Amino acid sequence: MTAPITADPESVPAAARPGVRELHDQLERVWNDGPGLRGWLMSTDHKSLGKRYVITAFVFFLLGGVEAAMIRAQLARPENGLIGPDLYNQLFTMHGTTMMFLFAVPVMTAMSLYLVPLMIGSRDLAFPRLNAYGYYVYLLGGLFLYTSFFLNVGPDAGWFAYTPLSGPAYGVGKRVDVWAQTITFTEIAGIIAAIELIATIFKQRAPGMSLNRMPLFVWSALVMAFMILFAMPWVAVDSQFLAMDRLIGTHFFNQAEGGDALLWQHLFWFFGHPEVYIIFIPALGFVSTIIATFTRREIFGYPAMVLSLVATGFLGFGLWVHHMFATNIPQMGESFFTAASAMIAIPTGVQFFCWIATIWGGRPRFATPFLFILGFFAVFIIGGLSGVMIASVPFDLQVHDTFFIVAHLHYVLLGGGVFPLFAAFYYWFPKVTGRMLSERLGKWNFALFFIGVNVAFFPMHLLGLHGMPRRVYTYLAGTGWGDLNLVATIGAVTIFVSVVIFLVNVARSLANGELAGADPWGSSSTLEWATSSPPPSYNFAHLPVVEGRYPLWSRPIEPPVVTGLRTDERELLITTLLDARPDHRHRTPDPTIWPLLAALATGVTFIALIFTPWAAVVGGVLVIGPLVAWGWSKPKPGDPVIPEGVT
Amino acid sequence: MRDWLQSALRPAGPEAASVHALWEFMLWTSVVVFVLVLGALAWGTFHRRPAGVAPTAEGAPGERRMTRVVSTAVGATALVLFVFLVFDFSTGRALTARRDAAVRIEVTGHQWWWEVNYYDSIPNRRVSTANEIHIPVGRPVLIRLNSQDVIHSFWAPDLNGKRDLIPGKESSLWIQADSPGVYHGQCAEFCGYQHAKMAFLVVADRPAEFARWYAGQADTAKTPTDSVTSRGQEVFLSSTCVMCHAIHGTPAGATIGPDLTHLASRRYIAAGSLPNTRGNLAGWILDAQGIKPGAHMPPNSLTPADLQALLAYLGTLK
Repeated sequence: MTAPITADPESVPAAARPGVRELHDQLERVWNDGPGLRGWLMSTDHKSLGKRYVITAFVFFLLGGVEAAMIRAQLARPENGLIGPDLYNQLFTMHGTTMMFLFAVPVMTAMSLYLVPLMIGSRDLAFPRLNAYGYYVYLLGGLFLYTSFFLNVGPDAGWFAYTPLSGPAYGVGKRVDVWAQTITFTEIAGIIAAIELIATIFKQRAPGMSLNRMPLFVWSALVMAFMILFAMPWVAVDSQFLAMDRLIGTHFFNQAEGGDALLWQHLFWFFGHPEVYIIFIPALGFVSTIIATFTRREIFGYPAMVLSLVATGFLGFGLWVHHMFATNIPQMGESFFTAASAMIAIPTGVQFFCWIATIWGGRPRFATPFLFILGFFAVFIIGGLSGVMIASVPFDLQVHDTFFIVAHLHYVLLGGGVFPLFAAFYYWFPKVTGRMLSERLGKWNFALFFIGVNVAFFPMHLLGLHGMPRRVYTYLAGTGWGDLNLVATIGAVTIFVSVVIFLVNVARSLANGELAGADPWGSSSTLEWATSSPPPSYNFAHLPVVEGRYPLWSRPIEPPVVTGLRTDERELLITTLLDARPDHRHRTPDPTIWPLLAALATGVTFIALIFTPWAAVVGGVLVIGPLVAWGWSKPKPGDPVIPEGVT
Repeated sequence: MRDWLQSALRPAGPEAASVHALWEFMLWTSVVVFVLVLGALAWGTFHRRPAGVAPTAEGAPGERRMTRVVSTAVGATALVLFVFLVFDFSTGRALTARRDAAVRIEVTGHQWWWEVNYYDSIPNRRVSTANEIHIPVGRPVLIRLNSQDVIHSFWAPDLNGKRDLIPGKESSLWIQADSPGVYHGQCAEFCGYQHAKMAFLVVADRPAEFARWYAGQADTAKTPTDSVTSRGQEVFLSSTCVMCHAIHGTPAGATIGPDLTHLASRRYIAAGSLPNTRGNLAGWILDAQGIKPGAHMPPNSLTPADLQALLAYLGTLK
């Protein structure tokens, strides 16, 4: 069944090509998830899992948003009695934990897990079963956190859980354990996503997609994946030290017994600061992709853009101490981190100038995705400028832990993360669902979101400068903070309305949106738009061959495709790292239930570990079973044969 | 300009003033950068394009000029950042310069109040108080910071930036007030339930007033002179109060809660949450949890007569 196929089904009417329908049916039989609930639970398809991942992350975004709304309701007036300190502390901890660990990072990895195989012209991710396991571990972590919260065991020591407040002496009960274990779940999911992305990007690019032709989004996914790989283990160690201090009486953070309370902060921020860039860098990839499509020209300065992404990835690890300027770090050391924090503005600036040059030389089209990109510029630049300000130690000591920082981080994360993400939702929604979102509702969504974000967060700069600390459940009327807080709450309501409009838009489009076709934007440049919308289970009937950075713009009438992959088994084409020359065929495993069962066993173990150290022993045994079955059910490695030929 | 209780934009001492100068420089530089970048973006987006001309491609003649513009912009960014660093480092140097401290004060953070101790080489001239720090005006004061339990952060924005109080790791901070007055501050590091209600006052006195205040605080408490205040002292000494509080000159010497020797001289109770009035004090004694849920002060049930006597006695602790 390795008959060479030479025609491209997208470019020739199906009726004119005998055998094309059979080919599609054959591939569909081999690559689809299988019928019913069973097929759904066994799925290892990166698109099916990617969609679930994005939807799950978005649900957490909505939950985090509801928490934010409750926080804003409480702070709208001085000495408000709506929410007491106990619930309030849980709410802001849940809000931060949800947004950072259950929404922002997962949604960015999820978008990458969905898009990368399509963008590089492959059929699936490198380790499809591991991908399923990662998703289920993440889902269980989120369910566990929210179940605990509704049982009044929600974490209440902040999303940063500083010791000793989170330690055994002051964080009594199980609340902090819930937090630490939730982090463990999300770390595992994050590291798995990183491994998937690195292996897939390095070894599965379509022939001809050498590194210097890789789409900028794929570059950003790669940099993000490496950052996850180097950042997440630190917080894994940190949260496990904390769990051990709490469960079995170790003294990692116990000053009195030779431990160090500040060690927690160093390890946490050595992860925590790169995390900001883990969210920001894939968003930069969205921005580059969408600007190229909607200005109908190549991104200005591709090499500079790539080098800036990589430079940001490295520099992102050199800034963590700027979260700790108030902890009495020697001044010489602080200066270093000030300089590093200022320096990271340079690669970011390079990218901004290149985008502006691109727009300048292009012909912009003001569809909703492009509007969100323009919003990204305005909002993120404010966050970036306040970021340079707080790189200064003396100034940071005034505004650190105040609402100025709350304003800064929301400008950065909403501007640098959520605006590009909404742009990406509007841009790729037709690809994922086959239907267009309404442009009219999209413009309302954008306008209200843009206004809401500025009304909610700009006044917080002033609140911080006028002395309002963060994480306070109330404040006295005499402080003078009431009016600005009320304005901020009105802004939050506006954001809420805007997100509701987005949900209405999605619901209406799914019900009876305009059909999209393969490339509804007409000027997209990357390979995912070469296949149908939504893409078939096998992504491409014939794997494409790439001859430039913008493959769809330089596509000849009869584009070259890969031939020689088996169609009766799941096979991937593996290519070389630098030049993406065909290397060998890889038999990738079939769907199976074992990753789900392994994830359930892992979840039970982690949750039981909160209560007894013996869970490590029992759970270890419990997890091994599904893992063995998982490995056992894999296909035997086939012959590593070079495909018969690339035409 | 409205009346803020505390503000970094209303500097009242040299430290806060130098940070304020840095802030103004950064603010106006940022405004200029923001206008330039968004202006370039707006022009780049909306400038008129001749009909029928295709978007420029990489390597086109116009691109070389664009490369020069982009490179210049990157160079300018680096230059602005360099100027910023120089300004920043010189401000940082000025803030941490060694000086001769007129007064050294030890501030210890507790959940959720501030213990304040003035050091003196003569033991009976040492002063212990809570939540209200008096300093002589116009003189550099060194605050040494420590914590009994979790991490807190000492911040009086009118006077200087903040500094964390980390258990077992002493740190320090300089403050100086240029004119007499009351400056508000509060805890800036999340420290549990009542992080919101952990405020303090810095009272800058003229040297003579400061000396008078200091001498008063160094005294032991007055012995009750009438029957009501005597009864009040008896209530204090025979109830749970003594488990946590100290009143010098009486057998009460616990150090878990604030030192009450000169309670009546303080402007606020409950770490800046309530003005120190007889009514507020009564409410606080009976039901602290209603005012500051989670605080370590337990509710007390006293007969009305005992409560009035206790309040009368506490009122004498000037």
